[in-house]
Amino acid sequence: MTDGFDPLPWLIVLPLAWGTLAFVLGPGRGARLAIAALAVQTLLALQLAGELVDGGARAYAVGGWGAPLGIDLYADGLAGVMLLLTQAVALPLAVYARGYFAATPKGRDVFWPVTGLLVAALNALFVSADVFNIYVTLELLGLAAVGLVAIAGGTAPVTAALRYLLATLLGSGAYLLGVALLYGTYGSVSLEVLAPLIDGDAPRAVVLAAALMLAGLMLKTALFPFHFWLPPAHGGAPAPVSALLSALVIKASFYLVVRLWLDLFEPLVTAAAAQLIGALGAAAIVWGSLLALTQTRLKMLVAYSTVAQIGYLFLLFPLATLVPPAAADSALQGGVMQALAHGLAKAAMFAAAGGMIVATGRDDINRLGGVGARLPLTLFTFGLAGVTLMGLPPSGGFSAKWLLLQAALESGQWWWVAVMVAGGLLTAAYVFKVLRRAFLPVAEGDSVTPVPRVLEVSAFALALAAILLGLTGAPVMDLLAVGRGA
Amino acid sequence: MIADTWLPVAVVLSSLVPGLFIFFLAESRVRLRTTLNLAGAFVKLALIGVMLWGVLREHAYVFTHTVLPGVELVFKADALAMLFVTLSAALWLFTTVYAIGYLEGAPNRSRFFGFFSLCVTATVGVAMAGNLFTFFVFYELLTLATYPLVVHRGTEKALRAGHIYLAYTLGGGALLLISTVWLYGLAGQVDFAPGGTLSALPPAMAGQLQIIFLLLIAGVGVKAALVPLHGWLPLAMVAPAPVSALLHAVAVVKAGAFGIVRIVYEVYGIEFAQSLALLLPLAIVASITIIWGSLRALFQDDLKKRLAYSTVSQVSYIVLGVALFGPVGTIGGIVHLVHQGIMKITLFFCAGNYAETLGIHKVSEMDGVGRRMPWTTLAFTIGAFGMIGVPPLAGFISKWYLGLGALEAGMPWVLAVLAVSSLLNAAYFLPILHRAWFRAPPATWPDEHIPARRGWETVPLLLLPPLATAAVSLLAGLFAASAFSPLDWATLIADREYLQWTP
Repeated sequence: MTDGFDPLPWLIVLPLAWGTLAFVLGPGRGARLAIAALAVQTLLALQLAGELVDGGARAYAVGGWGAPLGIDLYADGLAGVMLLLTQAVALPLAVYARGYFAATPKGRDVFWPVTGLLVAALNALFVSADVFNIYVTLELLGLAAVGLVAIAGGTAPVTAALRYLLATLLGSGAYLLGVALLYGTYGSVSLEVLAPLIDGDAPRAVVLAAALMLAGLMLKTALFPFHFWLPPAHGGAPAPVSALLSALVIKASFYLVVRLWLDLFEPLVTAAAAQLIGALGAAAIVWGSLLALTQTRLKMLVAYSTVAQIGYLFLLFPLATLVPPAAADSALQGGVMQALAHGLAKAAMFAAAGGMIVATGRDDINRLGGVGARLPLTLFTFGLAGVTLMGLPPSGGFSAKWLLLQAALESGQWWWVAVMVAGGLLTAAYVFKVLRRAFLPVAEGDSVTPVPRVLEVSAFALALAAILLGLTGAPVMDLLAVGRGA
Repeated sequence: MIADTWLPVAVVLSSLVPGLFIFFLAESRVRLRTTLNLAGAFVKLALIGVMLWGVLREHAYVFTHTVLPGVELVFKADALAMLFVTLSAALWLFTTVYAIGYLEGAPNRSRFFGFFSLCVTATVGVAMAGNLFTFFVFYELLTLATYPLVVHRGTEKALRAGHIYLAYTLGGGALLLISTVWLYGLAGQVDFAPGGTLSALPPAMAGQLQIIFLLLIAGVGVKAALVPLHGWLPLAMVAPAPVSALLHAVAVVKAGAFGIVRIVYEVYGIEFAQSLALLLPLAIVASITIIWGSLRALFQDDLKKRLAYSTVSQVSYIVLGVALFGPVGTIGGIVHLVHQGIMKITLFFCAGNYAETLGIHKVSEMDGVGRRMPWTTLAFTIGAFGMIGVPPLAGFISKWYLGLGALEAGMPWVLAVLAVSSLLNAAYFLPILHRAWFRAPPATWPDEHIPARRGWETVPLLLLPPLATAAVSLLAGLFAASAFSPLDWATLIADREYLQWTP
């Protein structure tokens, strides 16, 4: 690409533009604009993905000023995959949110502008080429996310938002400290410059920087035991917000952990550290699933399910660190596949849960009777999303599990096999807990009112995408491989 | 030729597509739903007819789609696949007709028939899977598609049965997944091929292969209801009668048994399995299951429960046949895959007729039912005699070949198992027949809601399917020696499995 049209900067400029315009135009026209722009962004992300597969990873100098003076953007396969995920989740969710806020208008004035900012921050984060820029986007993303949690107002959401704010600031604070240490040691913040400088004998300050940055990001990803802030924030927000947060926002900090671990700090990481992170992931799977099982509120169940599913993401690290290259490849593919599958499925699940809550007028698993008969499509959506989370075929979640299991067996780490299989069964237990209730007839005194068709259909589209991802894994893996040496 | 690639896919889609449409049909669109159901069933049979003709002429139908690097979804129409796929499609047609009659006026029919079609789709996928990965995909899909059917009635009892069903089958699925991934790690893509592919692996892996075999069989053994993994099956009979019929004859239980056939013959290879000393333990487990299922069946007063335990026992004949080293035993096991399906579906149709027409659920309520419902009872009698193994019915052919196969394999103790089991079969079926034909009917039936009308003892849609399947099981026995009989096809398969073997 020399002088043709480059989609890369537009993926950041467009959401900023529609976010700002939505503020001026108000929620009605703002929503329509956002949906149209997100459709364009989806096409841009697809175009970028195609270009990456054909032409390889590439950088883009903002305003023609490259690093070290200006800002570089950099897109490789991993970034391309995450950009695709972001647009693919945000577009149906925008359609959903428009219908949702028509039914429950609380907070809709703020939703569209802040979401624009959130999407811009996400896209910018994925293509940032230096650790300081990453910090800026991370901070923007955190603030936008906290704002979205609070939009419904009321004591509980605001308390949850404040707790979330504390966690996210603490996380980015630790990260920034690490950036400062890196800059102090090497005099650069560029990933490209830093990567060859860091080797096995790096000074203590760099090891400390790595620890601080990774720990800060894990806090932001809500990895067990840093998950305390997530369930109230994700479970208390309006359904479209919960979906955005669970599907995308935590994936951003996870993406950074992957990037730093595999690309930047690769010479520093030890098997013990990797096993520790894996153990935290395993604990998240078990603890999150068990707590999901004990919830009585539907959205809290889905939120704890996120805590558990995050655990699977972090199994990538023990499976990809200091193992044969074939196993490491499988592990990365599996981890990224899990991020994609969980993004789509969890967005679908929160959206479906939102539909059920609108229909029954309450957020209570024990009062779901009649949903199966009145909202079959929504229940089907919940079930399909559940299939992906359980890792049953054919779905993206299954492909992820297959790849991770393959990596575990190839590298002889059978204990992760046990964790993954047990996690799948626990997931089945809490998903079927909901399905089973919804199959029952309407309880006396309860009523199930119909919900707007658009809520059902947009949620279903997300769930269907999560399933189809399982059949189209090969091209996604081709894209992921761009710029990864092999 | 493009048809060679897409024909297997079309067979899978012929039930998937109508199923997906049916989900979104309004409850009241009875005619459209029935049309879709039957059209799907007939199209599938027609497509299968074309493929049967091709497979007989050694024509290959293969569809391949890469899911992940090194992992492919493969549909392949080989002789074994065609046997199972034909059985499924034919019995699906009968069951659909039956279900339309059975569920007339019942709620949630769109959901029922939607999942019903998905269930058949999964079964056909299991049948035509060309490698272990594809098999696993459809095996799990089958679990998911049958759960809503098991809990269809939505009662507390049904939900509990559904829970237990899931616990067993998902657990089994997990074992199957682990062993499949493990095997892929050792051997790369594990294709199903006559004679198996694993014998090419280095001998040092023998220990691992034995463990994997154990895990694989435990995984599919849950659905095949091998003792002690059979606990879910008698509970699952709370499902509506057409579901039980399908579950016991073609779908779930059969998918498990079929999986064992594939694993032993086409993954490990019968000769390699024998050299790893895997067949004797399998024969012992099958024998225990045969005897235990029959023993439990003796003590069930609930008719469907008795039939369910009978299934536990009968399905293991297939496993036993597989475990007998030698082509005759193989023929016996594989042919029983078909025979058991036809006979058991007849019995479940009849049990459903008794329940729907007269409200009879228990064996002790069946006194004199032969006079009120002679045709249903005739079909039931044929099915029961077949299960006992009375010549010239289909069940006799199976047992004859199993017995010969046991002698050929040098396991004469299997004859004793067959004899005891036949005695037990007689002991739990003959009293039913005696009651039905020779005892005086009671003054009133427990809950008669379909009165006899114009010479029909019950609704025609309920009566014709069991009569048809009973006739088929009679014909399969009478004409076993002719071309295109199940026995003929099973012989063809056995010939292809024993490549280097000479008796």
